Amino acid sequence: MSPHVATVPASNFHYYRHTLPIRIMHWINVIAFFFLLMSGLQIFNAHPALNWGKSSYTGHPPILEMGAKQTAQGNIIGITTVFGHEFNTTGLFGWSKGEDGALTERGFPAWITLPGTQWLAMARRWHFFFAWVLVINGVAYLLYTLFSRHLTRDLAPTRRDWRSIGQSIKNHLRFRHPQGETAGHYNILQKLAYLSVIFGLFPLIVLMGWAMSPWLNALIPGWVDIVGGRQSARTIHFVVAWALVAFVFVHVFEVVMSGLWNNLRSMITGYYRLASKEQKHDHE
Amino acid sequence: MTMNKSKRRAFLLRALTASSVLLLSGCERLSRSEWFPRVLDSAEKLTQATQRLITPRKAMAQEFTPADLSPQFRSNGTSNPENPQYQALAANNFADYRLQVGGLVARPMSFSLAELRGLPSRTQITRHDCVEGWSAIGKWKGTPLSIVLDQVQPKPEARYVVFYCADPMDAQGTHYYESIDMDDAHHPQTILAYELNDQILPIANGAPIRVRIERQLGYKMAKYITGILVVDSFASIGDGKGGYWEDQGYEWYAGI
Repeated sequence: MSPHVATVPASNFHYYRHTLPIRIMHWINVIAFFFLLMSGLQIFNAHPALNWGKSSYTGHPPILEMGAKQTAQGNIIGITTVFGHEFNTTGLFGWSKGEDGALTERGFPAWITLPGTQWLAMARRWHFFFAWVLVINGVAYLLYTLFSRHLTRDLAPTRRDWRSIGQSIKNHLRFRHPQGETAGHYNILQKLAYLSVIFGLFPLIVLMGWAMSPWLNALIPGWVDIVGGRQSARTIHFVVAWALVAFVFVHVFEVVMSGLWNNLRSMITGYYRLASKEQKHDHE
Repeated sequence: MTMNKSKRRAFLLRALTASSVLLLSGCERLSRSEWFPRVLDSAEKLTQATQRLITPRKAMAQEFTPADLSPQFRSNGTSNPENPQYQALAANNFADYRLQVGGLVARPMSFSLAELRGLPSRTQITRHDCVEGWSAIGKWKGTPLSIVLDQVQPKPEARYVVFYCADPMDAQGTHYYESIDMDDAHHPQTILAYELNDQILPIANGAPIRVRIERQLGYKMAKYITGILVVDSFASIGDGKGGYWEDQGYEWYAGI
């Protein structure tokens, strides 16, 4: 075929990838998670330490702690202690610039907390408002994904998916992304990542949030001990939040690598452009 | 890729960066506005309604074993009220202390420490959850508030119980105060505690009397209580939000 044919746009076609409810719920989730993360870090700053157990005063030192201390030279430095190991984290954790630009003792720095100032009462208001947004949106998503058969049709791994897991890992490691029709459905690693976030991390972080509520503790007294107690729940809540951040980084990385504008368009308008097989052959 | 497209993309990227900066400074402005925190507050009402709906009124907070006790019970906030009247009472081991109970009640009364100790008591090992995020487990002994209320007989219009405290919180002389509703006031675990970990309640933890409200956060559990007032509304008390910390922007409903 002549090179002319390869550039004919008709050889590409757009297919309707994300329905309107999915697109809306995806972006609501983005907004809610963003505000929950930042206000959550401000709440953490009110007591920048994580413990394991039923209380914070069990006789064991915290798993993680952020604070400031004065050195022998008289400088103040930020110290982060993880499992008993001390790290100098001046400027980032423990001792960093506040909203007014002056160095101050605080867990996470002002640029990643909401509000930026040390203001626990306001952070709690943001956090619990967007917690409701996340939960209501999440329940709506679960119902939709079940009844629209989005779950069984698009997310549930097929036998073919499981057999392709080796190839999928190789593709991901080489940053090679499926072209043509295979890009029209999620690959196995993608499905597993989405499923573990939807049915693993998000439900777990919500449950660990409830575990910190003294009123909900009274619902079934002792249920919080399943994970080791309220302070363990607080630690898990924190760790899962960062696991979700890690997912977001990988997710955005993959979105960029496999065609930022095509992916972004499909999550805004619903339409994803697929290159047809013929065109692919032309390029080869 | 055409020139037009790449220009559009560069513009979009710049717009994305600019909008995230705007977003963050916008959030700060929203936090300080009059109207936006009120929108956020709708979540507090929803949380309170939902939590109360799914939890039985008399549902008990978890109780622990002596093995769970924190080695030392942390003191937070005021650890020794800078109040001459309080200091005079403390110097005399609170022998002259009287707990005044009044407001919308049939029989206003006052109680000495000995009288409170003479009433039936309840002992409980419970977890104290601070709004800051930490928890401590302590053993508390005290008089159930319901027993005191039975003696003073709240009137039918009674809706809240307000605790007045001896600790001044600022230079203007604002004292700590708190309020709970009648459900919490009559809850079996709501006690006027005078002992902590089998010792007389230390000043650092609220001597001579602090209230325990085990299904809510620590700031509800007022220390250094001098008076209890039964009311139908707390709108005219302090800044009208129902407590010292509530007046500073914390939620009145502290079950979360």
